[in-house]
Amino acid sequence: MALDELYKEVILDHYKNPRNKREIPDAVLTCSKNNPLCGDELTVFVNEKDGTITDVAFVGQGCSISQSSASMMTETVAGKSRDEVEASIGAFRGMMAGEVEADEDTFGELVALKGVVKYPVRVKCAVLAWDVLQDALESEGEAGGSAPH
Amino acid sequence: MALTEQRGPSTFDAERIREDFPILKRTSHGNRLVYLDSANTSQKPRSVIDTITEYYERHNANLYRAVYELAEEATAMFEGARTKLASFIGAPDPNGVVFTRGTTESINLIANAWGRRFLSEDDEILFSELEHHSNIVPWQLAAEATGAVMRMVPVEDDGTLDAERIEGMLTGRTKVLAISGQSNVLGTMPEIKRLAASAHAVGAVIVVDGAQLVPHNPVDVADLGIDFLTISGHKMLGPTASGGLYGRLELLEAMSPFLGGGEMIMEVYPDHSTYKAPPHKFEAGTMNIAEEIGLASAIDYLEGLGMENVRAHERELTAYAIEALGSIGATVYGPKDPDQRGGAVSFWYKDIHPHDLAQVLDQEGVCVRPGHHCAQVLMRRLGVPATTRASFYVYNTREDVDALIASLEKAGEFFGA
Repeated sequence: MALDELYKEVILDHYKNPRNKREIPDAVLTCSKNNPLCGDELTVFVNEKDGTITDVAFVGQGCSISQSSASMMTETVAGKSRDEVEASIGAFRGMMAGEVEADEDTFGELVALKGVVKYPVRVKCAVLAWDVLQDALESEGEAGGSAPH
Repeated sequence: MALTEQRGPSTFDAERIREDFPILKRTSHGNRLVYLDSANTSQKPRSVIDTITEYYERHNANLYRAVYELAEEATAMFEGARTKLASFIGAPDPNGVVFTRGTTESINLIANAWGRRFLSEDDEILFSELEHHSNIVPWQLAAEATGAVMRMVPVEDDGTLDAERIEGMLTGRTKVLAISGQSNVLGTMPEIKRLAASAHAVGAVIVVDGAQLVPHNPVDVADLGIDFLTISGHKMLGPTASGGLYGRLELLEAMSPFLGGGEMIMEVYPDHSTYKAPPHKFEAGTMNIAEEIGLASAIDYLEGLGMENVRAHERELTAYAIEALGSIGATVYGPKDPDQRGGAVSFWYKDIHPHDLAQVLDQEGVCVRPGHHCAQVLMRRLGVPATTRASFYVYNTREDVDALIASLEKAGEFFGA
């Protein structure tokens, strides 16, 4: 497999120019998590109003796969309802498990990450941001969510 | 100048050595296999592979109690391996060598059988910031069980451990100094002989993690004056799950057993049992027979090369690699003086994440290790989530280092760094 099948142009673009890589100081929901495999740490910030995710951002460091996945995720889920976001998380995990066909209609730019499936070690990198997002959504109800550490 | 050149191929011919390692003949992604991950696990020479095959084809039987010829042969080979390993590390008595699956199991054995027996509340376990998780976590578990306290010696800015600083932290409360003989991340080689004397002066025992020390250096436990040394066979040309633990015999005798079961007992009653003398007291159940016999064959191979020569070869290659990495702008962690370090070289290159770097290198047939190298405590000190590590052994050549450098430059172009 050639390198450019794994590292698609879109991935490198999001890696070099990550979207929504910033803190949201007044975020309703936040969560931090690290990937014990590589030590990467990621914090996701979410603002929600009337059941709609109004703003999603992230900070942290990591490899091109984890950073580009986080960047694309923020663009995918912003403006969606909570149910839609949870469906997206499930669909993305399905794609990474090789269980869901990665078509562009459903996944948009995220389809670029399907090459990762062939590298089981790297799947964790791609899924990290989505795991953190899910934890952030589930942190609702706890005071201010779990603090970044 | 002529002298330096003479020390190379004329006495230690890595090109010829490569011929003994079947795996080095294969390619990876269509490229020459450049194996730079021996600190993780080493490759195996034909002689070791043949020894294991021959054992299973001609001698396989369980040890000690069977009275037929096969079992006698297997027992003689297994105990012969013990004698060989003892002599390889300078142990005065083969009974001081317990067979284990490697360093992790060995340290767990010490932390349980010695630690839980002899540690008590407020005793101190002194360890260094550069330790592998396997020389931290078993001690944390022992501390939790006994009320002992973990104290950490910080690593210096240049990646060394300062013997004086360690001595300043050794007190009457210190019961054990747990320290690596050679760092698997930075290559750092602490002054073990001096530290053994200092630990003994306050009544502490010294446990040396030899996972990286033993495969790459001449080691003499009697000369070093250490109490425990752990050995990982798979990092020194032997099979996986081969290895052992050296312990001073008085200590091994005083310790509790580790795993209970068959072969480690003298007599078993419903309410109590009596145990064999070391080393068999610590060897419950059917042992890793073929593996330890394979390790003996690996020791034969290393002794044929001469451990002084192995060390000199790796020293030369490490110096070459550190200079080459510096010349392309990579940051090398740890001591830069090859006399003060072993051949595990961790680096950071142009802000390309180690996982991405290793992925590109893999396409070029270059095997390196990205990650925290089971040393998260040290990674925090270095201020990085991970590093990329290249590590060398007897079969590596300057050509391998050149291939590493070329593939790094390719990765730099690919990521536009």
